[in-house]
Amino acid sequence: MKSLQALAQNGGGDNLILQTTIRLTVPFIQLFGLYVIVHGHYSPGGGFQGGVLLGAAFILIALGYDLPTSKRYFPVRTNAILANSGALIFAGIATLCALLGGYFLDYSILTRLLPIDPIEWRSLGIFLVEVGVGLGVMCIMLSLYWDMASGGQMEEGL
Amino acid sequence: MKTLALLATILTGAILLYGTADFAPWGDPESPPNRHLSTYYIEQAVKETHVPNLVTALLGDYRGYDTMFELVVIYCAGMGVIAVLRRSDS
Repeated sequence: MKSLQALAQNGGGDNLILQTTIRLTVPFIQLFGLYVIVHGHYSPGGGFQGGVLLGAAFILIALGYDLPTSKRYFPVRTNAILANSGALIFAGIATLCALLGGYFLDYSILTRLLPIDPIEWRSLGIFLVEVGVGLGVMCIMLSLYWDMASGGQMEEGL
Repeated sequence: MKTLALLATILTGAILLYGTADFAPWGDPESPPNRHLSTYYIEQAVKETHVPNLVTALLGDYRGYDTMFELVVIYCAGMGVIAVLRRSDS
């Protein structure tokens, strides 16, 4: 037990099988996350669920490799920008509806921007909003893990 | 101060529990929400939004406020943790 702890502290805990499995599965997890987001109209799913899947893919990298590796794949600055823009996409589309003369979050008024059927715009508006939710949830999930696992140092995690 | 906070928590919890007594019975087809809202959504949602998944149509369109502030809650949680814990310059 003691030697295992020493091994983990020396950074010698890297496991080839684990890392190879993660490297092979992460693209599929991300693909499935995107599928869950864009297929939310037709099957169970949506922004929250897909965002959590996308975030979990990066958390898996941070767990199997180490925290700096996950920061190389997904820089902290990009994470902050995407987290903010995720929330802004949602609030922005909602406000845009109000600015165009409709109700807040009434997507059908967006037909003044792009003249397609108002009902189609309601469907499309839900999709755009789900993309914002997915972005926000993905980034916040990962940033929560980074901070919690490293105590805010962002250098080495679990 | 701790006792006061505990008292406030217990009082609020008791009021909330008392409030649940007036909820419509679970699964009652004759309860007001099931007679007005549910039937409207089941009949009209696909026609009005062209989204076959009723849950998505409700969450994204009719209950957009709820979903938006759900995202804001998660966002605030993330920003709070960053404000409290993060100590790096990167």
